[in-house]
Amino acid sequence: MTWLLILPVLIPLAAAVASMLLRRAPRAQRVLNVAGTGALLVVASLLLAGVWQQGPQALQVGGWTAPFGITLVADLLGAVMVLITAVVGLAVAVYGLGSIDATRERFYYHPLYQLLLMGVCGAFLTGDLFNLYVWFEVLLIASFVLLVLGNDRAQVRGAVTYVIINLVASLCFLAGVGLLYGLTGTLNMADLSLRLAEVDAPGLVTAIAMLFVIAFGVKAAVFPLFFWLPASYHTPPIAVAAVFAGLLTKVGVYAFLRVFTLLFHHDVGVTHTLLLVVAGLTMVTGVLGAAAQQDVRKILSFHIISQIGYMIMGLALFTPLALVGAIFYIVHHIIVKANLFLVAGVAERIVGSFDLKHLGGLYKAHPWLAILFIIPAFSLAGFPPLSGFWAKLILIKAGLDVGAYVIVGVALVVGLLTLFSMTKIWNGAFWTPLAEGLALRPARRRGVMLMVGPVTVLAVLTLVIGLWAEPFFQFATEAAATLLDRTEYIEAVLGPGAMAATPPAP
Amino acid sequence: MLLAIGIGIAAALLAPALYRGLREWAGWALAFVPLCLFVYFATFLPVVAEGEAVRQVTPWVPSFGVDLSFYLDGLSLLFALLITGLGTLIVVYAGGYLKGDAHLGRFYLSLLLFMSAMLGLVLADNLIALFVFWELTSFSSYLLIGYKHEDETVRQSALQALLVTGMGGLALLAGFVLLSIAGGGTFELSELRAQSDVIRAHGLYLPLFALIVLGCFTKSAQVPFHFWLPNAMAAPTPVSAYLHSATMVKAGIYLLARFDGMLGGTTAWVWTLSVAGALTMLLGAVLALRHTDLKKVLAYSTITALGTLTLLIGLSFEASIKAAIVFLIVHSFYKGALFLVAGSVDYETGTRDVLRLGGLRRVMPVTATAAGLAGLSMAGLPPLFGFVGKELAYKAKLGFDGADLVLPTVAVVANALTVAAAGIVVLRPFFGALRETPRTAREAPLSMLLGPLGLAGMGLLFGLLPTLLPRTLVGSAVTATLGNPIEIELTLWYGLNLALLLSVVTAGAGVLTYLRWDAVRGALARMDPLWRRGPERGYAVALRGLLRLAEGQTRLLQNGSLRAYLRWLVALAVVLPGVALWMHADALFAGVTTAWAEVLPHEWVLAVLIVGGSITVVRARSRLLAVAALGVVGFSVALLFIHLGAPDLAMTQFLVETLIVVIVLLVLWRLPAMARDARDRGAQRVANGVLAVGAGAVVTALALAVLAVPFDPYVSTFFAEESVASAYGRNIVNVILVDFRALDTLGEITVLAVAALGAYVLVHVGALPELPRVRPQSVILRTATRFMIALLLLASLFLLWRGHNEPGGGFIGGLIGAGAFALYAIAFGLRAMQQVLRVSPRVLLGVGLALALVSGLFALAAGEVFLTGQWITVPLGGAAAPLKLGTPLLFDIGVYLVVIGFTLTILRALEQAPPPSAAPVASSAS
Repeated sequence: MTWLLILPVLIPLAAAVASMLLRRAPRAQRVLNVAGTGALLVVASLLLAGVWQQGPQALQVGGWTAPFGITLVADLLGAVMVLITAVVGLAVAVYGLGSIDATRERFYYHPLYQLLLMGVCGAFLTGDLFNLYVWFEVLLIASFVLLVLGNDRAQVRGAVTYVIINLVASLCFLAGVGLLYGLTGTLNMADLSLRLAEVDAPGLVTAIAMLFVIAFGVKAAVFPLFFWLPASYHTPPIAVAAVFAGLLTKVGVYAFLRVFTLLFHHDVGVTHTLLLVVAGLTMVTGVLGAAAQQDVRKILSFHIISQIGYMIMGLALFTPLALVGAIFYIVHHIIVKANLFLVAGVAERIVGSFDLKHLGGLYKAHPWLAILFIIPAFSLAGFPPLSGFWAKLILIKAGLDVGAYVIVGVALVVGLLTLFSMTKIWNGAFWTPLAEGLALRPARRRGVMLMVGPVTVLAVLTLVIGLWAEPFFQFATEAAATLLDRTEYIEAVLGPGAMAATPPAP
Repeated sequence: MLLAIGIGIAAALLAPALYRGLREWAGWALAFVPLCLFVYFATFLPVVAEGEAVRQVTPWVPSFGVDLSFYLDGLSLLFALLITGLGTLIVVYAGGYLKGDAHLGRFYLSLLLFMSAMLGLVLADNLIALFVFWELTSFSSYLLIGYKHEDETVRQSALQALLVTGMGGLALLAGFVLLSIAGGGTFELSELRAQSDVIRAHGLYLPLFALIVLGCFTKSAQVPFHFWLPNAMAAPTPVSAYLHSATMVKAGIYLLARFDGMLGGTTAWVWTLSVAGALTMLLGAVLALRHTDLKKVLAYSTITALGTLTLLIGLSFEASIKAAIVFLIVHSFYKGALFLVAGSVDYETGTRDVLRLGGLRRVMPVTATAAGLAGLSMAGLPPLFGFVGKELAYKAKLGFDGADLVLPTVAVVANALTVAAAGIVVLRPFFGALRETPRTAREAPLSMLLGPLGLAGMGLLFGLLPTLLPRTLVGSAVTATLGNPIEIELTLWYGLNLALLLSVVTAGAGVLTYLRWDAVRGALARMDPLWRRGPERGYAVALRGLLRLAEGQTRLLQNGSLRAYLRWLVALAVVLPGVALWMHADALFAGVTTAWAEVLPHEWVLAVLIVGGSITVVRARSRLLAVAALGVVGFSVALLFIHLGAPDLAMTQFLVETLIVVIVLLVLWRLPAMARDARDRGAQRVANGVLAVGAGAVVTALALAVLAVPFDPYVSTFFAEESVASAYGRNIVNVILVDFRALDTLGEITVLAVAALGAYVLVHVGALPELPRVRPQSVILRTATRFMIALLLLASLFLLWRGHNEPGGGFIGGLIGAGAFALYAIAFGLRAMQQVLRVSPRVLLGVGLALALVSGLFALAAGEVFLTGQWITVPLGGAAAPLKLGTPLLFDIGVYLVVIGFTLTILRALEQAPPPSAAPVASSAS
């Protein structure tokens, strides 16, 4: 089944290339987009099932054995990230059919969307540090072009900030990769994990780790590196914003999880303490940023930042349960956050604005939309029994278990402020009567229905995770165990006995 | 029990549909659900009366220790019966009260959802499950308070209730987790109870106690969190009767009672609860007299009752718990009844202001009867159940040693004021002369009579026959709270004792206060400024402070200046690794030598060129100079590559630098002249300089430290050995690109393709005017070009072909090919170039990517991994070595096409770019 590993990269690439060559056939491109993400979903499900049954899987691309070629690896974390990418990818692809305008479709929206997914999947599956950099570049450039697609002034402004900050982050990443290669002579992450343990240069590995903190910190939009996100995420069409909100920062979080469990775990006192501080400040600044906004998309954008803090908190606490919490949080959050953007898009379609000052009257007119909003919104705030509640509960328990009272206090207060923000949207868009002179547009149109379908599916997923949390918890437990133990991962890449074969560090 | 809750939730979900079908009969139909549940729970009475508890467990998230486990003992049963019993009456009442309301279906949904959650709360044995239900009651309360959401104050009240109880909820959650840690890791209350002594002695006792109590206090509206409750009166009256007097606000009381056996009895417990309870009692009793709105008066008197309950539980001994349980029942009956009466009055007359009401007993005799009975019970007069409750409370307070005089005094004052409040809500509206009201009052309909009459009747029934309750309900509830069996005798007449005397004093003082109410109210009104500075103001200040903090922070951090963002970013990149290095500087740099003599003269020249070029770029005042200086840096780096023996890198770098010059020039002539010096000034400029030097220093230090560690070249050795043997190529760089690490290359050409599309999209989306084409009309250039293009294309194909063995390859060949077309375009114009090329350059992008993809797929056909090289041997005959042809070459052709497509797409986009004035790119963004 290892051959499955390449498909999450190849399927979007093939769909994208075909779409590029079929530029004059938008209908065919639509079919390719949905079929491509659909196929991705099937492959990702098979992959996850395989990893669950047989443990981490590795594929030596080009037939060159590790550490000489590029290895693709799927452990539980990687596989679930690909699956969740496929879920959100398919949902947004369908949503886009109802909401992306014809001009954008003519100008390569569909292939760009597929290439974005290719970059995301590649990042989740690669077992090679430089290759991870390449996927970062792919998703950066694809997201940049999606961001400017449409070319209005606000979009270009946001996109310039976005791309410049992210390029500097890439530079840090590349410098870090180069230094690690100079230090160990290898780029394969499993191999690096073994060899870094032998490096006898105190502080040097930590110093290089700091470059990765910055590179991934920008990607994940943590404090104080998140500037690009609120500057840009409210500008593109809502389908694009939703897939960005759901997936892009989570690639950064994934990279944090991968690299700071597999490579940089020797100086936890420094690196992970720094991460804990970052986590707390990220939560607070993000949620405060949201409190100052009136545009639904901006509120939601700032909340992405604040929620990233929780995931980093899980990594920073660095206990098995905390990592369980971080993994649970990512999966929950991707669905919920993408969905909130999608709901905002439906509301905008009906009312004609994203501004809370103009929105209103939706609860009275469309109770179903109110329910579709309440589920992800209250889940985001960690309200029981929705998915976000479990994510927060696990982290709080993990924090209290090790006596990390400050971060737990921050996490709880930020939860309350998140609730405040969500009720602000609820108040403004649903409860407040529509301003005089404005009229709601009819909702029963084909385009709107194509948008509501995916929203409903994602809301149901949120409910399922919340009400039937046991399998998800067990899954996250297994995934976290693999991350912390490393043996399974390394032996899947380098062959059985690789862990034992290395001489102990001098 | 899970089924019971499930049925409740199912009924809630079906309610809107049911209402659409049955309309005004829906209330009667839905009332069957709580009624059946009431009967169901009543069947447990015999078992529970024996002192048994029923525990049922359904696994939920067992790996995390969270199950839907329910525990039915006397305390839970008492609450369950109250919830379902009251629920039945309220559902019926709401059908009348909100008759014809378009959204009544949603109302039933929230109401029944609340009922189910409340049942779960009092039945749950698992702390986390309990918390889930706890929050669900807050949520349904939010929806119910906000039922008339078109009104701004209603929305504010709903939010306030949600935030205040939500804050408590989060504290409660933290408290629960600490409790489970202190109690050995279980979340089950029944198991934690066995650990009571361990928990009370645990170091975490105080924090967990404080957190749990905070949760209970917010929910049960204790001072200083009481303010949300009167505001919650914005809810429709049935909601106030049900949630905000009888059930939900008692959730905190329930939890305190539940924890009394486990956490109670300590000094912290007794003092915190009794002080907060006493203050709440007094405050509620006083403020009840300040208002003339029936519901406000009742709300404040509810606060008094909640304070009384907290106080009694806080005293934490047998008599006080007994009194608490009895008073809890008493209060639910009379307060529920009075709220419903207030609702009926409001419904029939159109006002709830007691000053505008009077003499209603003549037109609403049945309602008046209910009001009278409930009012007597509230005043604590015999023969109502309220009297029994008050007597017990007095006895408990007198029996507590520690605060001899204070407790009874506080209690008498609060109760006397409550007597007056009872007068206000009953005597004023129903007695005296009939007054003119907005609507002409009639007797309320049957659905709205059942509730008040039923509840008030209970007060009378249990007052006359107090022995009906104890054996079964009160006794087992007290037993469950205290944890040991208790014998209870309830009676109207305990004989002449101190408690009775206090009752007489209370009644007398109450009547006097009532008679002087107008004066009292006037005095209290003059103190309004004081109340306005109360805790509610704290809430408002906190909220406003939050917004101000948020705005300030956003202005500071998200200030829209890209340069500021970059400064942050670079500063971190300097400081974080810098500090890490600094801490270990001695060890890291011990082996680093400063052998300046080893640096060769031409290396010095290159270094100076690179540094000088960089400085010139930064200092340049014209774009042209900056571009030229940047070119110097680039070419110097390329020379460095040659010097270090990397011809492929050098060639690529040279070609890229050349193309950049072409592209930048095309861009430059479209940009407006640099209007002003846009560089930073003053302190910012100094900061930039410091950061730039710092970044250079840190990177240098990192490189030196890494170089000081011995390098193990096992991977590069493998490449050198296998390049010819297994990958059939002598040019290692190219073999790495198209074979060893072809996946990287596949990703990178994707980046190129997307970047090209980006340039195209930026220019073409949005209808821009076609521009006049300016191009050099040079005959010499044109003639030379015709000759050159063929030569260059041949050279590019040659470099592509030989790349696997000699310097060259798809990237380099592609760049030269692109240069050829670019030259042609400059000489003859893009249209002419297009004719030579025949296809859109964007098609080249697609075809190139497709070729690279397909070249990797051949391996799949052979049953090998994607991108594994597939080779065929072509014998050339003679002495020549046979020719090896493989998929890596196909891959390289793909790269070649993408590079050409990329360059030409960008060139074309630039030629069609808008004139300077319409250029949309701004250097800073918000």
